[in-house]
Amino acid sequence: MAFRAALSRELLVLWRSPAEIINPLFFFVMVISLFPLAISPRPETLALIAPGVLWVAALLAVMLSLDGLFRRDQESGVLEQLLTSPVMTVVPVTAKLLAHWLLTGLPLVLVSPVLAHMLQLPDRVLGVVMLSLLLGTPALTVIGAIGSALTVGLNRGGILLAVLVLPLYIPVLIFGAGVIRTAVEGGPVPGVLAILGALLALTASLGPLAVAAGLKISSGN
Amino acid sequence: MSDTTLRLTLEQLQCERDDRELFRDVSLTARAGEIWQITGANGAGKTTLLRILVGLHGFYEGRREWWDESWRSELLYLGHQPGVREELTPLENLRFTCALGAQSGDPMAALSAVGLRGFEDVPAAHLSAGQKRRVALARLWLERKGVWVLDEPYTAIDQDGVAQLDAQIQQAADAGTLVLYTSHHQVGDGVRRLHLAKGRAEVRA
Repeated sequence: MAFRAALSRELLVLWRSPAEIINPLFFFVMVISLFPLAISPRPETLALIAPGVLWVAALLAVMLSLDGLFRRDQESGVLEQLLTSPVMTVVPVTAKLLAHWLLTGLPLVLVSPVLAHMLQLPDRVLGVVMLSLLLGTPALTVIGAIGSALTVGLNRGGILLAVLVLPLYIPVLIFGAGVIRTAVEGGPVPGVLAILGALLALTASLGPLAVAAGLKISSGN
Repeated sequence: MSDTTLRLTLEQLQCERDDRELFRDVSLTARAGEIWQITGANGAGKTTLLRILVGLHGFYEGRREWWDESWRSELLYLGHQPGVREELTPLENLRFTCALGAQSGDPMAALSAVGLRGFEDVPAAHLSAGQKRRVALARLWLERKGVWVLDEPYTAIDQDGVAQLDAQIQQAADAGTLVLYTSHHQVGDGVRRLHLAKGRAEVRA
């Protein structure tokens, strides 16, 4: 009940501020389309760097979208309502993360095959590209949200957020880009995907609790 | 829950902020049906005290005790900021805070009661400060909760609104709600007062 109300509210809020949805997507597309111009349009070079480029761009796009995740709620006083509510904080927090990923993370997954194609990755690995981002971006969103919750009370927490969160992003980045590279080389993919899945399971189950705790700490507890 | 069990006890409550003592020796017992006005100069710690009461601020010494663990579901807290998101309409805002506060009631009727009939579908960004405050205050016209903690509820409210709010607070207290609020405005004659001044706290009951 509270979860559904929170989810529809978060979707509505994001939907009414389209810049929040478009900015990360635009960033993702732009960064990736600049690489062929800057490095070399040669197919073999592009195919070599493509996994890393795709994943670094996705990681930064997700981080970009997370800076203000709780700020508006804090400034408007909604966060206090959330923390004093009889509903456990983790419930609306989970709804918020889900809504946020659906409107900022999922679009990245959906455009990724086009960008992968542009970076000269063979068509047979496009599925793996999407799957790796489908498993990886929610994990990035949740991990980033922990940092966002901890820095919500600070003005200009952007850099601090990056410092806090980037080390935790590294495993996701390694396995995310790694699985695409393995697929390109024709190696066995399921094992690496399983590790990504495990990272997602870990962050999705424990992450919201950490976010809720982070919000409590930020409010002064 | 029977309203008579409802109680808040503060003993020797003390709070420091940025190496400055906000207040000390705040001791009081507040019971169902009482209205407590918390006064004090700007920066005296009124908001901090309310935040301690509702569990938002954990750095204090002394004892703060609600009657039992069910206080959370009986609490209606309106903070310094109205808690209204500008992207949403008053109706959407109210529906969400109700779902979050596990509070039932008719949001439309509550919005009419606070004079926002006709504004329910206008994005809150287009509302005035007073109207936003009224969106938050509309919760006072929904299902009655056992404890109201209101931080400056009269901010930006016009004269008629003040009178209306007075009546609503008085009525809730008569029905057994414990009301604690900060403001320089006094609701009525039977109001108990906690005055914070220069770190000391004075109770006038």
